[in-house]
Amino acid sequence: MANIEHAPAAMSGYDAHAGHDAHAGHDEHADHGKPHGFWGRWMTSTNHKDIGTMYLVFSCTMFFIGGSFAMLIRAELFKPGLQFLDPALFNVLTTNHALIMIFGAVMPSFVGLANWMVPMQVGAPDMALPRMNNFSFWLLPFAFTLLIGSIFVPGGGMAGGWTLYPPLSVQTGYALPMAIFAIHLMGASSIMGAINVIVTIMNMRAPGMSLIRMPLFVWTWLITAFLLIAVMPVLAGAVTMLLTDHFFGTSFFNAAGGGDPVMFQHIFWFFGHPEVYIMILPAFGIVSEIIPTFSRKPLFGYDAMVYATASIAFLSFIVWAHHMFTVGLPVASETFFMFSTMLIAIPTGVKVFNWSATLYKGSISYEPPMLWAIAFLIMFSIGGFSGLMLALAPADFQYQDTYFVVAHFHYVLVPGAIFGIIGGVYYWLPKWTGHMYNMTLAKWHFWLSTVFVNVLFFPQHFLGLAGMPRRIPDYSTQFADWNMVSSLGGFAFGASQILFPIIIWQCVHGGVRATDRVWEGARGLEWELPSPAPYHSWTEAPAYSILEHGAPMHETHG
Amino acid sequence: MKTRKMKIHSRLLTAAASGLAPALFAPAAHAAWTLNLTPGIDQVSRDIYGLHMLAFWWSVGIAAVVFGFMIYSMVRFRHSKGAVPDTGLTHSTRVEVIWTTIPVLILISMAIPAARVLVETADTAGAQMSIRVTGYQWRWTYEYVGTPVKFVSSLDRRSDAARQLDSGIDPFSVPNYLLSVDHPLVVPAGVKVRVLVTGGDVIHSWWVPALGIKKDAIPGYVNEAWFDVDTDKLGTYRGQCAELCGRDHGFMPIVVQVVSKADFEKWLAQQEADLKKAPATAATTVTTALAAAPALDAAPAAPATAN
Repeated sequence: MANIEHAPAAMSGYDAHAGHDAHAGHDEHADHGKPHGFWGRWMTSTNHKDIGTMYLVFSCTMFFIGGSFAMLIRAELFKPGLQFLDPALFNVLTTNHALIMIFGAVMPSFVGLANWMVPMQVGAPDMALPRMNNFSFWLLPFAFTLLIGSIFVPGGGMAGGWTLYPPLSVQTGYALPMAIFAIHLMGASSIMGAINVIVTIMNMRAPGMSLIRMPLFVWTWLITAFLLIAVMPVLAGAVTMLLTDHFFGTSFFNAAGGGDPVMFQHIFWFFGHPEVYIMILPAFGIVSEIIPTFSRKPLFGYDAMVYATASIAFLSFIVWAHHMFTVGLPVASETFFMFSTMLIAIPTGVKVFNWSATLYKGSISYEPPMLWAIAFLIMFSIGGFSGLMLALAPADFQYQDTYFVVAHFHYVLVPGAIFGIIGGVYYWLPKWTGHMYNMTLAKWHFWLSTVFVNVLFFPQHFLGLAGMPRRIPDYSTQFADWNMVSSLGGFAFGASQILFPIIIWQCVHGGVRATDRVWEGARGLEWELPSPAPYHSWTEAPAYSILEHGAPMHETHG
Repeated sequence: MKTRKMKIHSRLLTAAASGLAPALFAPAAHAAWTLNLTPGIDQVSRDIYGLHMLAFWWSVGIAAVVFGFMIYSMVRFRHSKGAVPDTGLTHSTRVEVIWTTIPVLILISMAIPAARVLVETADTAGAQMSIRVTGYQWRWTYEYVGTPVKFVSSLDRRSDAARQLDSGIDPFSVPNYLLSVDHPLVVPAGVKVRVLVTGGDVIHSWWVPALGIKKDAIPGYVNEAWFDVDTDKLGTYRGQCAELCGRDHGFMPIVVQVVSKADFEKWLAQQEADLKKAPATAATTVTTALAAAPALDAAPAAPATAN
C-alpha cells in the first residue's frame, strides 16, 4: 500500500526521520499567506486550521475550569460534614461544572476537530462558510464570560442543576438572565458550526468521494450536525420560556398560573437526549479512525457502522422521557420509552462488535492514540451496560437521581467522549504541528488517566446503589468510605490532566519531525498532505489516484 | 505456546460467563462497604431488585464475552509479535445478522419482566389507606387521608447542628447522621398503603429505597405509588429527597417506621386523641411549614393545586 510518490510510510508505528528532507519546502509554503499579528491572525481569521486551533485551545481552557469545579466538589465530598462549601455554593459548582463541561469543553472540542479535519479529510480547501466559522467561534468567549460571570453576581450563580428544572431554576437571581443569554449564544454558535459542517461535507468533497466512501469521522460529524440543528433551537425555546416566566409574568411552567412544570422536562429532554449523542457520535468517529490505523486493517463493517450511527441518531429523538421515569408518566408512555431506550443497545452493540472485529486478525501496535481508543472501547461499554440497566423503568425508580446515574454518565462522557477527544488529539497532533510528541509522557498521561478515572467513577456505582442521591453537598456516614476513594481518584485524575497541555506545548515547539503518514497504518486524505499540514491545503482537489490511495480502506462499492 | 494459552484463557472467560447465569437472583453479600441495592421490604421492591440483578448479570455475561474477545485479539494479534493483518477481513453479513439478533433476544428477555414489574408498581387499586406526602423546601409533610392526623417531618436537631459549615461536630458521633427526622412517618405492615406525592413549592422526590418507591413531588401534580410491607419486616427505614430542590436538598431525609397493624391503629388513635386535646398544635405545625416554605425571595408556585 505504500505510495512511492510520497514520503515512504514508516515501518514502525511512527518514524522520526523518513520524511524529514521532504518538508523543508513545504514549511516555507505553509507560511505563505498567513496573516501576522494577533488581530490579523486570530481575531479576523477565516482559516479552518486557525479557527480549529482556537476552538481546541478554548475547550481545553474550559476543561480545566470545569475540572477545577469538580475538584472543589470532590474536596467537599471527601468526608462527611461540611468543610469548605456552603450548600448553595456547592449547587452553583455542580450546575456550572456541567454547563461548562458540556457546552464549553466537549462540544467546542468536537467543533475544533471538525474544523481541522473535515476539510482535510474530504479534500476541501477550507470550511464552506469561513466568516461564519469565525463568528461561531468568537461567540463562545463572550458566552462563557457571561456564564462564569453569573457565578459572581448577587444571589449567586445558577444552582438548579444543568437541567434548569423550574420552578427551582426561576428562583435564581441575576444569574438567570445571564446564563440564559449565554445559552442562547452557545446555541447560535453550535447551529452555525453545524451548518458549516453540513455545507462543507455536502458540497466540497473531492471528486470521487461519494458519501459512502467518507471517513467515519466525517460521517459521524455529518449526523451530529443534523442533530445539533434539530435540537439547539428547542433548548433555546425552553430557556426563553423560563426567562418570560421569570420576568414577564407568563406561566408556561408555573402550576399556580395554569402552567406545567413537567412540560419543561419534556422540552428540555427532547433537546437533552439528542445532546447526549451529540457528545458521543464524533468520538465514535474518532475511534473508528484510530482503531483501523493501529490494527493495520480496514474498519470492519463500514456500512453497518454508518447505518448504526444513523439509527442511534434517529432513536435519540424518541427516548427522551427515560430521564423522567419518576415524574409520574402513564404506564403506557413509560413502557414505550423503556422499550425505545432498550433498542439503542442494538446499534450501539453493533458498533462495539465492529470495533472488536477490526482488532481481530489485525496487526496491532499500541501508540498513545490506540491506547486511548481501546480504553474508550472498554469503558464506554461499561457506561453502556449501566445505561441498559437504567433503561429498565422499574429499576430506574431506584437508580434515578442517585450516584449510579452520576457514575453512568461520567463513564460515557469521560472515558467515552473525553478519551475519544484526547485520543483524536494524539492521533492528529503530529499532522498539525509537524512534530511527534513525547511518547513516554503521553503513555504516562494515558495510564494515570485510565487507572484514576476508574478509581474516581467506579465506586460511584456502589454509592448510588447504596442509596446516595446526587447533587448533595454532605452525606450520611455510611457513604463515607467510597466517597473518600472516589475523591482520591478524582484528585489524581485531575492532576494527571496537567500533562496534556504540557505534552501539546512541547510538541508545538519542537520534537522529532513527523512523517507525512505519521502512523504506518494511517489511511485517508489528511495523511496525503505534508506534516505539518500547510496553512492552505487541498487548494486543488486531490487527484483521483490520490483519493483511491487515501480513501479509508473499506470495500469498494459498485 | 502463547497462542494456545490465550485461547484457553478466552474459553475460560466464556465458561465463567455462562456459569454466572444460575446465580441470577442471588442476594449480594452486605459488607461494611455497601456495594449493592437493597432488596427491600415488600414484593415490589424485591421484584425491582430481581430486575436489577437480571440486568446486572446479563451485563457481566456480555462483558465477559465481548471484553474477552477484545483482550484476546489485542494480545494475540500484536504487531510486535509479527502479526500479519488480514486486510481482506472487512465485513460479513452473517456475523452482522448474528450480533444484531442475539442482543434483540437478550433485550426481550429483560423487557418482558420489566414491563410486568412496571405495571405492578403502577397498580394502586385496592389500597386500604392513603397517605398524602408533600415536599417543601426543605421538609416533608405527611397527612393520613380520612383522619385529622398530619404533621411535618424535618431533619433532626443533632444532624442539623452537625451539618452546619465548620460545625466542629463529628458526623460519626451523630446517630444516623442526616438520615433521621423529628417525626417519622409511621405505617402498618401487611396493609396496602397508597402514597399520594405532591410538591408545595419546587419539585422534590420522595425516595425510600427499602420500599422501591421514588416519586417526584411536583407542584400541580399528585403522583401515586404504593407499598405493602411484609409483616416480618417491622423496623425503621430511611431515604432522602432525590430531586435537587435548592440549598438544603441534601437535608430533608425521609424516615419510615413500619409497625404492626395493631400498633399502628393504637398510634393513630393516640395521635387523634392528642389532636383533640390540643387541636392547635398539629395544625400550627403544618401552617408554620406552609408559611416557612416559600422562604426565598423568588416566587415559587403556590401549592393551590396541591391542596
